[in-house]
Amino acid sequence: MKLKKYYPIFGLILAVIFIQLLVSGIGMQFYLTQLTMSAYYGIVIIGLSILMGYAGQISIGHAAFFAIGGYTTAALTTMNFAALTDVPIVNFLIKTGLTISGMDPYGKKIIYISPWLSLFIAVIITIFIAALIGVPILKLKGHYLAMATLGFGIIIYRIVLGTSIFGEADGISDVPTFKFLFNFKINSDPALRVENYYIAWLIVVISIFILTNLINSRVGRALRSLHGNEEAANSMGVNISRTKLLVFILSAVLASVAGVFMTHFNGGIGPAESGVMRSVRYVAIVAVGGMANLWGTLIMGIILNYLSLRGYFGSYDDAVFGIILIVIMLFAPDGIFKLKYCNNFIKLIKKTS
Amino acid sequence: MKFEYLLQYILSGLTNGSIYAITAIGFNIIYNTTGIINFAQGEFLMLGGMSAITFSQYFPLPIAILFAVIVTSIVGALIDFTIIRRMKKPTVLNMIIITIGLSILIREIALHVWDEKVRSLPYFTGDETTSINFFGAYIPPQVLWVLGISTLIVVFLGFFFKYTVAGRSMRACSSNITAAKLCGIKTNNMITFSFVLSAAIGAVAGAAISPIAQTQYDCGTSLAIKGFAVAILGGLGNSTGAVIGGLLIGILESLSISILPLAYKDAIAITILLIILFVKPSGLLGKSEISALKEF
Repeated sequence: MKLKKYYPIFGLILAVIFIQLLVSGIGMQFYLTQLTMSAYYGIVIIGLSILMGYAGQISIGHAAFFAIGGYTTAALTTMNFAALTDVPIVNFLIKTGLTISGMDPYGKKIIYISPWLSLFIAVIITIFIAALIGVPILKLKGHYLAMATLGFGIIIYRIVLGTSIFGEADGISDVPTFKFLFNFKINSDPALRVENYYIAWLIVVISIFILTNLINSRVGRALRSLHGNEEAANSMGVNISRTKLLVFILSAVLASVAGVFMTHFNGGIGPAESGVMRSVRYVAIVAVGGMANLWGTLIMGIILNYLSLRGYFGSYDDAVFGIILIVIMLFAPDGIFKLKYCNNFIKLIKKTS
Repeated sequence: MKFEYLLQYILSGLTNGSIYAITAIGFNIIYNTTGIINFAQGEFLMLGGMSAITFSQYFPLPIAILFAVIVTSIVGALIDFTIIRRMKKPTVLNMIIITIGLSILIREIALHVWDEKVRSLPYFTGDETTSINFFGAYIPPQVLWVLGISTLIVVFLGFFFKYTVAGRSMRACSSNITAAKLCGIKTNNMITFSFVLSAAIGAVAGAAISPIAQTQYDCGTSLAIKGFAVAILGGLGNSTGAVIGGLLIGILESLSISILPLAYKDAIAITILLIILFVKPSGLLGKSEISALKEF
């Protein structure tokens, strides 16, 4: 087993702990909230990086998968089954311990599905939808692919906006706490900032661990070959459509899982999460990070989302991402970490160490 | 459904459809000369509408629209001069990303130049109350203007591409850019010109629909998406296809309102588009052999 390729992951873990200690040390605990949200967006972004950078398939509809995850769990866990205990399915769920009962603020009894079950359901739904649209969509190339994924995103956005169980324009609020392993809780309680921060980053570390292994595996090599030239890859025995579909589903599931956790963390979700601008933002960040560069996209994703969430861009929030897209494509189409001086800098570090 | 209602729906579908068709033609002009889909096409319509509204406070309407067209054309030329020309070895993915970036940028600039208020031009002739009764359906005079202007644009473009030197050079660029260069056509200028032309057409359309559809800083996006859907439906690069596709989607969309909730209206065009993409990606009038040869 080669440990070397996991060094960056150890580095990430150390950085995560260091930042938490630093932020808590200077008494700026509230920064952790945005860092947690950035971490969840980071998961979407590394998933998209695999799809865009390594497999070479653009998706301008990734916010839709995030929304599918978030809305599935929000809709399921805010449903009250207290009046439906006679229904066999509900009864079965209660008996198997897959529901959680409690009291609402008015003292009424509520029974809702365990977030673990809703996470599972969200993943299943995402896999189903991704497979369903992935098969025809991934046959397309270039403009057609861009348009089809954009169209898929808009359809999901419209469905969310026009359906009453998804709260229409208001979204869904009062999403209950997600009891994570060892009784850790994911919710928006300010007292639990530190544990929420570590849970989010744990999920990031797990995702990046999976993806690092994927890139360095047979599938990863197949991906890069089909990015270079699909016909050549095909002639070498790579099953193009299956590989592409696999990566599409994987990256959709990552986005969806991020959506589930983020919704429990925020305690709600709104239609803006599935909007076109959100998808474009993910694409912009992947482009800045250098497309086929997991760490580059993760770092840029965290930085840009953090700045945006803290409101540093003010009313120019969207404009900043527009400018980033143009400037990066003009001057550094391979991402900010592949610029000449950056390269020299990296070489310098390598020489000295 | 009563006949009058049906007629009314079809008429409103035709109006929307002709706007989609013009937007799609705007896409086609640039696509034909450069192979780029300009995702900022919808922003040209928005700019046309917005600047016409501003100018109309100081000048009579026709002059205001003329100025709006000039301003938008300059923006189109600037896009090419400052960005598209500077791209080295652009890939399709890069071009898609950069034009999306442009569309966001133009929209945000418009938001800061104007504001987020919904505006509209006055009716070109008459007003909301002077509708014409047409077999029991009511046609506002502006609808006639929109239909007339769209028809004029289509006829003008047909003439332009067939009989003028500039138009023929642009067609030469579209069929083979290297061969066009060898024939002494300044392909770079043709590309700039295609941006100007498509911006100008967008501006005219944007001004024409402003009285009925209203103009807002972000109204371009949904128009661009519909326009793109229509362009693909008709076959990318095919202007006749764009007209047919536009009218088809416009009518289907307005009929869908009578069955489905209004919130789903925007999803109709996209769903049709996705079905077309899955079944026949070359579009209604596009030839699959040709689109198979094209790189994107």
